[in-house]
Amino acid sequence: MIVKRIESVNDFVIKFANVNGTGSASANNLFAKALFRMGVPVSPKNIFPSNIQGLPTWYEVRVNDKGYLGRRGGIDIALSVNPQSMAQDIREVEPGGYFIYDSTKPLDHRLLRNDISIIGLPLTLICNEQYDDPRQRQLFKNVIYVGALAALLDMDFKVLTALVEDQFKGKKNLVLPNIHALELGHHYARAHIECPIGIRVKKSDKVGDKILLDGNTALGLGALYGGATVAAWYPITPSTSVVDAFEKYAKRVRIDPGTGRRNYAIVQAEDELSAIGMAIGASWNGARSFTATSGPGVSLMSEFLGLAYFAEIPTVLFNVQRAGPSTGMPTRTQQSDILACAYASHGDTKQVLLFPSTPKECFDFGALAFDLAERLQTPIILMSDLDLGMNDNMSEPLAWDDERKYDRGKVMTAEQLENGVEFGRYLDVDGDAICYRTYPGTHPTKGAFFTRGTSRNEYAIYTEKGEEYEANMLRLLRKWDTINEHVPAPITADCGRETDIGVLYFGTSEESSREALDYLAAEGVYMNAMRVRAFPFNQAVRQYIERHTQVFVIEQNRDAQLRTLLMAEFEFGPDKLKSVLCFDGSPISARNIRKQIKKHLKGDNVLPLHRKTALARTGESR
Amino acid sequence: MSYQVPKFRHPQLPVNDLGYTKADYEGAISTLCAGCGHDSISGAIVRACHELSIEPHKIAKLSGIGCSSKAPTYFLGNSHGFNSVHGRMPSVVTGAALANRELLYLGVSGDGDTASIGMGQFAHVARRNLNMVYIVMNNGCYGLTKGQDSATADRGSASKKGDPSIYSAIDLCGTALQMGATFVARSFSGDKEQLVPLIKAAIAHRGFALIDVVSPCVTFNNNPQSTKSYEFVREHSEATGTIDFVPMHKEITTEYQPGYSHEVTMHDGSSIHLYKVDESLNPFDRRSAITALEDHRCSGSILTGLIYMNKDSRDLHEVLETSQRPLNQLHEADLCPGNKMLLNINASLR
Repeated sequence: MIVKRIESVNDFVIKFANVNGTGSASANNLFAKALFRMGVPVSPKNIFPSNIQGLPTWYEVRVNDKGYLGRRGGIDIALSVNPQSMAQDIREVEPGGYFIYDSTKPLDHRLLRNDISIIGLPLTLICNEQYDDPRQRQLFKNVIYVGALAALLDMDFKVLTALVEDQFKGKKNLVLPNIHALELGHHYARAHIECPIGIRVKKSDKVGDKILLDGNTALGLGALYGGATVAAWYPITPSTSVVDAFEKYAKRVRIDPGTGRRNYAIVQAEDELSAIGMAIGASWNGARSFTATSGPGVSLMSEFLGLAYFAEIPTVLFNVQRAGPSTGMPTRTQQSDILACAYASHGDTKQVLLFPSTPKECFDFGALAFDLAERLQTPIILMSDLDLGMNDNMSEPLAWDDERKYDRGKVMTAEQLENGVEFGRYLDVDGDAICYRTYPGTHPTKGAFFTRGTSRNEYAIYTEKGEEYEANMLRLLRKWDTINEHVPAPITADCGRETDIGVLYFGTSEESSREALDYLAAEGVYMNAMRVRAFPFNQAVRQYIERHTQVFVIEQNRDAQLRTLLMAEFEFGPDKLKSVLCFDGSPISARNIRKQIKKHLKGDNVLPLHRKTALARTGESR
Repeated sequence: MSYQVPKFRHPQLPVNDLGYTKADYEGAISTLCAGCGHDSISGAIVRACHELSIEPHKIAKLSGIGCSSKAPTYFLGNSHGFNSVHGRMPSVVTGAALANRELLYLGVSGDGDTASIGMGQFAHVARRNLNMVYIVMNNGCYGLTKGQDSATADRGSASKKGDPSIYSAIDLCGTALQMGATFVARSFSGDKEQLVPLIKAAIAHRGFALIDVVSPCVTFNNNPQSTKSYEFVREHSEATGTIDFVPMHKEITTEYQPGYSHEVTMHDGSSIHLYKVDESLNPFDRRSAITALEDHRCSGSILTGLIYMNKDSRDLHEVLETSQRPLNQLHEADLCPGNKMLLNINASLR
């Protein structure tokens, strides 16, 4: 079988196969960052096990001049330095692709494929010759293959050396050995392999002023800029680095210049119940506070989320989702907490959700969450995921308006109380269903009230009268309408052609969806797109769905949770909304989306399309 | 259903240094059973706060769920209150206290709320040495669900239902000591003369102060077979001694009683005079306190009074080095680093 080898410039997918705990992530990151510095859009994804040392780990880098940042699907180059996963890694390579491996030991002939190019680099051998220290052998092996890749892909070697110098600024004893290791690989490849291979990189200008940042760091910064002073949390992958980032920057900029004391408090709680309890207690007392967690933590926090909903206490929760249920796949991504969060806690509840899709939005929504929580007096749950949170994503740069003031919401002051303004904690005085609160300690004799999870009247006095309970529950429902006016509106992308089909997605499904829609458009299937950014759903979401005969809801879970939520909230029939799903723990890929949509469109289990569209497509794609 | 207490009071009610009468520290009329020990504790809290001349609105009272946790409605009506989630009061107080270090935090809980569902949070709030007063209204049973045994019910003790408890009892004072609490006391709802000074001392203490108050449940656990009945507790209590609490600005006029052994000056300038009865206990030594608790457990008596105090411990705010200005009083200028820093961050991410 003769397959033409893949030839491309600035457009490929490379996957590194390593052993975790060997320092490979930083070397792989060096590779991705070098491409980024060459002006080529990159999207690196760390695919790692729930383990500290010894298991297979992968690092997939999407390189694409058109700026598609989602997973494409398929591997053009596999670089394997892990014998454990070698069989799988070589199998995954696209026909015509490249398999680069540590050739110190010969490749098992049973793994050989004749439809790909196989390139050997004797990495272990080079290391053993160069280094005596076993740890150095392990670390520099990774750097050596990056150097070799630079030759194989015709990368600008100077960019790599400049990056190393930046990375180890001021640590000369680290700069030189790393550059030496890069050169070892570079020289070896040049001397022994025909360089470059069919896939090449050249300098580009498609990056602009963008940055490479992980969503969790952006969330931590969002909390910092949003004025959070109390952070309570419990360690859980993949959310841990949110509070780490908050702390890192708070240590720099939140130290009182006069006293050296901290203008923030971080407590590692004993569990997630306690973490959210602390966040609620702090917010109740007038400080901006937050907690960050993932699925299992959300389950534990549910009771408190119900209290905060019912007692109307501002709370900010960053949920970095991972694959569930139960412990699930702790280091793999999913968008599968939608229903658990939207209706978190027993009884009739509705919780506000925000769906960021880029680090910039993590920052913006992260800061906005505090304004919303205090304005709307309810929990705000920001729904990130592992893919967005833990991977470096190419993003618009972060920005802050220095004129911006925090919206502290309706808080009655001592002066107002003194002047005889009527205070009822649950008294809706102006029709937006949001009531004034007071901070503890405001006034000696006025404005104190008892916060409780039990039913109460407008003056916060305990009641079991059905009509008072009902009036309060209905006010909370009216408040939902007010909330809808405040949360981020959806964003639509019109395909510019007449079409009856639309897609709808949220969060990290955006990039792959965008790419899939371009593929389909090239095949003559035109679809509009909408990205939902919050729950409650804006009326624009209803109108969008109504406007189309068929809407594909793209999401990363098994049970089509967003679709269920749309059906529950808008009472759409199930035929109108078709699911495009991915729940294997990897970020959804463009090819996967294309495949599923095409299957739907070809299948019989689909609503008849608008006649004109159907005719048009019959002509163009069948 | 709670009722507001009628506002009418005798015009010549005594006022404290701030000009407040005791009525200014009261709450709604109690809906607990007539004779409930919890109401006596509420009364002791009112008296202690009034006599200490604390601004009523500078106190925050927080609780979990249960009869005990309903009690904050019945005292300190001018203070903000928070009846939170079962067993989770400690976390809510922790957050509240971090937000504003200037208020006095009074946590009220029960034996179910603390020793069962809330054991985890109780243990951790003690080890963090949060500056708060934690009062357990301990009746050995679940009153609000009609009298099931709680985890503090002594093995062999039987409630009105008649079946003796089959499990080992949790001693909250012992647990608190093990967890690192810096003020541990036990009292009895029927002994206000002991309880009021203990509450005052706990308020003056900077750090985590536990008062485990045995508080008989008259409806479900006040029968002769119970070790949490009024009669049993009266007959089996052994006080470590008595204490007098002397506020900072009060001149000491009382004659020292015989046996007076210690004067402890607190951080706020007030002082505690200890009159020890039990010579074997040194309440400033944790090991001695643990031994005393164990000795009394073995002899079947209930050790009451101040059991342990370490007045020089560092509370959570000290450990975390939080600013003296309450965090909830910081503004944009203190909190937000501005766009300039973002420009630098952006540059470092390219």
